[in-house]
Amino acid sequence: MEIVLALGIGIFTASGIWLLFRPRTFQVIIGLCLLSYAVNLFILAMGRLRMDAPPIIDKGAPVDPAQFADPLPQALVLTAIVISFATTALLLVVLLASRGLTGTDHVDGEERDP
Amino acid sequence: MSGWASHLVIAPIVVPLAVAAAMLLFDERRRWLKRALGLGASVALLGISLALLGAVTGPDAKPLVYLLGNWSAPFGIVLVADRLSALMLVLTSILGLATVIYALARWDRSGPRFHALFLLLLMGVNGAFLTGDIFNLFVFFEVLLAASYGLVLHGSGVIRTRAGLHYVAINVATSLLFLIGVSLIYGVTGTLNMADLATRIPLVPANDLMLLEGGAAILGIAFLVKAAMWPLCFWLPPTYAAAAPPAAALFAIMSKVGVYVILRLSSLFFGHEAGAAAGFADNWLMIGGVATIAYGIIGILSSQTLTRVAGHYLLISSGTLLAAIGTGSVAVWAAALFYMVSSTLAVAAFYLLIEPVERGDGDAAAPATTEPVFEDEYVGVFDEEEDEIGIAIPATIAILGVGFICCSLLLSGLPPLSGFIAKFAIIDALLRLDGGISTMMWTLIGLIILSGLAVLVTMTRAGIDLLWTPTERRQSQLGITEAMPIALLLAACFALMVQAGPAMRYMEATANALGHGHVYSSAVLAAPRAGRQAATP
Repeated sequence: MEIVLALGIGIFTASGIWLLFRPRTFQVIIGLCLLSYAVNLFILAMGRLRMDAPPIIDKGAPVDPAQFADPLPQALVLTAIVISFATTALLLVVLLASRGLTGTDHVDGEERDP
Repeated sequence: MSGWASHLVIAPIVVPLAVAAAMLLFDERRRWLKRALGLGASVALLGISLALLGAVTGPDAKPLVYLLGNWSAPFGIVLVADRLSALMLVLTSILGLATVIYALARWDRSGPRFHALFLLLLMGVNGAFLTGDIFNLFVFFEVLLAASYGLVLHGSGVIRTRAGLHYVAINVATSLLFLIGVSLIYGVTGTLNMADLATRIPLVPANDLMLLEGGAAILGIAFLVKAAMWPLCFWLPPTYAAAAPPAAALFAIMSKVGVYVILRLSSLFFGHEAGAAAGFADNWLMIGGVATIAYGIIGILSSQTLTRVAGHYLLISSGTLLAAIGTGSVAVWAAALFYMVSSTLAVAAFYLLIEPVERGDGDAAAPATTEPVFEDEYVGVFDEEEDEIGIAIPATIAILGVGFICCSLLLSGLPPLSGFIAKFAIIDALLRLDGGISTMMWTLIGLIILSGLAVLVTMTRAGIDLLWTPTERRQSQLGITEAMPIALLLAACFALMVQAGPAMRYMEATANALGHGHVYSSAVLAAPRAGRQAATP
């Protein structure tokens, strides 16, 4: 499981960074999306990988922390997903405004001479 | 502290949030209502932060700790107001009040929802100064960034959209670095509470230390982008130059948020009490700070417009602060805090002054200009509103001249204003460092003096061209709502000059508290829950 997750994070990050350095605004947005997937997986991994363990403790029963998954990274990932979703939506609006105002989808707002 | 007074700590976050939310109920036609709400909230924020400043000052005053949801630290999220937070809150609210008054002149009409975005930015900045939890810090960073995206784009236009696109993309990427840093630190220590982290970092086993330092370094890069350390600073001058003047003046505090977090975290996590990790990255801050000053000097000398001058001045000021933090000496920190307050107020006043000074200058602008100053400024937005400037005050050019001279003196650090006192204090503290003065320190001192000279040269050049040389240009009109905030900011600098002694003592006590991180940690971790007796260990 570790190797699958590590490969997933690595591939997401590599593709994301490559896209981030492309000249088209849409590629940059997709790159940022991929990077945020990688980061979300990374946060989850930092809470240690556990299979089939609930993050919520039963009320009343004696608590053995080893039986449960760490709930905090899950809460962090949820927050991070919401925030990156919102900022990506905002970036899309700016992208469209930039395309409309400058007439090109180059990140600098003007085409480089070939 | 009991009853309502104990909720004062959260007021700088709740007040702007509630007022901004209420503003969404009205549309743009009820402009005066929105203006009154925005102005009222800014005045209230100033009052609240001064009250907080009063509450944390005093010989035996402890940091005020506010447990959100009444969960005790480190399990719940805490807000902490200590001397440094209170100082930053007062600085933010002074800037906020000045810029909101300035925006009333006409800037809040050049796009929708100016006041709501403005208050949300203040909320994010205040939250970042108050929070005691690094993930919560991320949330407040996102709040202030989201509001700043709106303000950068406020007024629209090609230049703003182009600069805004870069700004948003850079900050989204930076936020991802922030998350990686936070999760690495969590993975090693198992906590996100700053006070708890400070007590656990000395106990981290040696083979995990590299992972922790890697996390801290990645986290640090996220803040250094915000604080604009070279080579992470290239986004700042064009973005701030493109933003509307009141937005740019308020953004002056945003780079200081980065500096604040660096100071807070490096003193708390890697201070003298941090064991094996003590002094981590101090050298990097020092080298980065010196390089930033050098880059800022070159930039300021080659700037052709005043907005670029102000942007590069922000780089110099960030560089000076980062290098001062990198010395790791409490005395230098105290002087640096004084410098931070003085330079932030001065550069905000300068941002507000630029537009009236250059107004009516037609297409001729600063010396040796090859490009127009504001390409998009007047397109469509103000055409019919040019005469709506409010009550014009006489002797405009004289008032502008005095303001310009004061700004020049403050920015370049010449006597007698507070800019001089700040630089003098920094250099004095650097010369008194233990263990002699290294080559690095001499370089830093030389660059601080040289940066003052560069600012002076540039400002003199611009001042002669814009204010002194007789020209055919139309006599510009200065509205009272534009003059007042500039006067307010400069008056704050004058107050800092006249009351330099008490102010410096406050800064020394603040820096001293930063040097003793365990006071902060124990205050947070021992904070009693409301309705319970104080915890008895």
